[in-house]
Amino acid sequence: MASIARNVLMLAAALAGAALSAPAAAQTEQFIPILSYRTGPYAVNGAPYANGVVDYYSLINERDGGINGVKILTEECETGYATDKGVECYERLKSKGPTGAAFINPLSTGITFALTEKTATDKIPIITMGYGRADSKNGAVFAYNFPLLGTYWSAADIAIQYVAKELGGFDKLKGRKISLLYHDSPYGKEPIPMLQVLAQKYGFDFTPIPVTHPGVEQKSQWLAIRQNRPDYVLVWGWGVMNSTAIKEAAAVAYPRDKMIGVWWSGAEPDVTPAGDQAAGYKSLMLQHGAGKFLVHADIEKYLYAKGKGSTEPGKIGEILYNRGMTNAMLGVEAIRKAQEKFGKKPLTGEQVRWGLENLVLTADRIKELGFEGMLKPVSISCSDHEGARYGRVQQWVGKGWKVISDWYTADESLIEPLVADVSAKYAAEKKIKPRDCAKET
Amino acid sequence: MLYREAGQFKTNYAEDMAIFPIRQDRIALAVLLGLAFIGVPLLASFRIWPFRTDYLLWAILLPFLILALAAVGTNILVGYCGQISLGSGAFMAIGAYSAYKLATGVHIPLAWLGFAIAIPPLPVLASILLGGLMAACAGILFGIPSLRIKGLYLAVATLAAQFFFDWAFLRLPWFTNYAPSGSVNAPELDFFGMIVRTPVERYLLCLLFVSVMAVLAKNLVRGNLGRQWMAIRDMDIAAELIGIRPLYAKLTAFAVSSFIIGVAGALWAFVYLGSWEPLAFSIDRSLELLFMVIIGGLGSIMGSFIGAAFILIMPIMLNVIPTELGLPLSTQTITHLQFIIFGSLICYLLIKEPHGFARLISIGKEKLRLWPFPY
Repeated sequence: MASIARNVLMLAAALAGAALSAPAAAQTEQFIPILSYRTGPYAVNGAPYANGVVDYYSLINERDGGINGVKILTEECETGYATDKGVECYERLKSKGPTGAAFINPLSTGITFALTEKTATDKIPIITMGYGRADSKNGAVFAYNFPLLGTYWSAADIAIQYVAKELGGFDKLKGRKISLLYHDSPYGKEPIPMLQVLAQKYGFDFTPIPVTHPGVEQKSQWLAIRQNRPDYVLVWGWGVMNSTAIKEAAAVAYPRDKMIGVWWSGAEPDVTPAGDQAAGYKSLMLQHGAGKFLVHADIEKYLYAKGKGSTEPGKIGEILYNRGMTNAMLGVEAIRKAQEKFGKKPLTGEQVRWGLENLVLTADRIKELGFEGMLKPVSISCSDHEGARYGRVQQWVGKGWKVISDWYTADESLIEPLVADVSAKYAAEKKIKPRDCAKET
Repeated sequence: MLYREAGQFKTNYAEDMAIFPIRQDRIALAVLLGLAFIGVPLLASFRIWPFRTDYLLWAILLPFLILALAAVGTNILVGYCGQISLGSGAFMAIGAYSAYKLATGVHIPLAWLGFAIAIPPLPVLASILLGGLMAACAGILFGIPSLRIKGLYLAVATLAAQFFFDWAFLRLPWFTNYAPSGSVNAPELDFFGMIVRTPVERYLLCLLFVSVMAVLAKNLVRGNLGRQWMAIRDMDIAAELIGIRPLYAKLTAFAVSSFIIGVAGALWAFVYLGSWEPLAFSIDRSLELLFMVIIGGLGSIMGSFIGAAFILIMPIMLNVIPTELGLPLSTQTITHLQFIIFGSLICYLLIKEPHGFARLISIGKEKLRLWPFPY
């Protein structure tokens, strides 16, 4: 009993200490929360991404002294890719700093779904670059969601465009069999409606095959693929599911060059565990690929040369690291844009939302930022919260990724009706009155 | 000194059989309820420490209340009736999805009969309670095997319920109103024209549900039915010999427990999550609930609350404290530390007191009564 009492006392003392010693937040910093996962079955992909995000914010602070002099203050919270923990992290971090969170980037479609309503109430933009809910492209209904650079519907369309190119034309798709091996979560299910639309239009036979979280058990799925012999298998996996899929494909002798992963299934940790078996595997690219560009030189100079980097120097320039960096850059540029209107001080989420919605990155500006070669011009507006929908295809050649295709642009004429339809349903369900984008400034 | 019942005379049976026969307990409970019902909302609406942000309400108190309710349900089945269940998550899911379907309108086309069953959207309160009722029905159905199998084998049978419903809600698009992503949105929380939106309102709503159900559960387990459950738990053959019907006792335990868990599931989905996917009610949730009742104390309503607090809040505290103290630890180190410390705490507790927190508290009470000469 006595020892328990002592422990309780010690805990209380520690808590009191925490309450007293909590540093008074400086009033001149912009707070940006980082939801990451460096543990659990998705850590292999979550960690490099988080490193990219952290390093880019540090770079802005170290090289430029902040965004126009407003230093960035960050705090990381581990979600483990679990929705409930993600919501807890969001609640923990949303009102920190002098003006609360500038924006939130959960790196999980499940957490995005759970937060969509909350962020709209709290007036904090939610940036889901290359993931999230595809219908949130419609900014009139989803004022606070920004699925930048590409939704899963864009990805699905680009993947089918590539398949058609390989087969020799869209008319060759007729009668073909295309399967979707997907992570059984909102993430994996997002592309299904778009693929169904495409299947109907081009007359191919579409089969969705779910894989249960975390995706290490795929024997029966690949048995079904072996029996069905689809012409292509699209892989919508994440974490350990991707490398498992490649290994299982090898086990049933399914050709790896007929597998096309989404941009979340095409990074180094997805192929290296499968070793030689991964050779030939293809994946989409969310514009950028692996490799170092101008901005990486600054990262090495200002951070890694001074020992302030967040990972091993050899890992700079990996695909997910680059994606984390791109994501952080878009957030920072949105804050910069918002500062033009609201002044060079820490901004609220609502103000940053304006910055995001009016963000335009020209080729010149991208070059200035050191992202030339990673990114094409982006232009976000009220009616288009995606901003750009380009993609390429890369192939794993055993040692590295090789870009094997030209740029593709997702076909808006197919995506737009679906976006309008699904977002209108959401608006009706949630009693949201869509904004009139013509009147937004 | 303060905790002594000398001088408290009971002059009738009703007083003697009250839930809290000791005056100090009644006062403590009244203070606690007063704090919960009046103090917390007041502090929260004036944003006084520690309610300066919504964090404590949204991320701690709200899930605590709902999971405590689910733990009470689990405790009735596992703690009072002795039927080990690994299907609590599934019953939560049934409550959540039934409530969702009822609140958005049910339409079952029976093409071969030439008509359709159509139920218009029901009010939220009715949906939540009927969701609990649906869970109770499923509970009875999956409780039937308990008449033949016991212990670990029953646990495996309830595990089947868990996997079946996980599968059903994931695979049958009818349950999610054909949502493309499989993630569904809760309807607006409209209670007789009063719309529950802010964290304080949500908190009060859950508190109301939890208090009412906890009192009902406490009275049930003190009454005839509860005694039947406990008799079955302690020795089912002996119970049968003194005239308790195992069929009735076991199935009522399954029904009542699943009802409470189902309501908790509906609250979890509607009030806390707002938008959810079947993963929110996976096997992890079932295990979590089981651990809550084991650590809190089997066969104790109060234990369910303490267990829920420990399992839910302790890991978050362990995660928050290093950051708040400003310790220079990386995120993954903090997370790993959290697992290590939490795991060792559970081991330590179960070695020191295998009967859980409820037992610790009752020992404490005994000692207080005898203070200053406890033995």
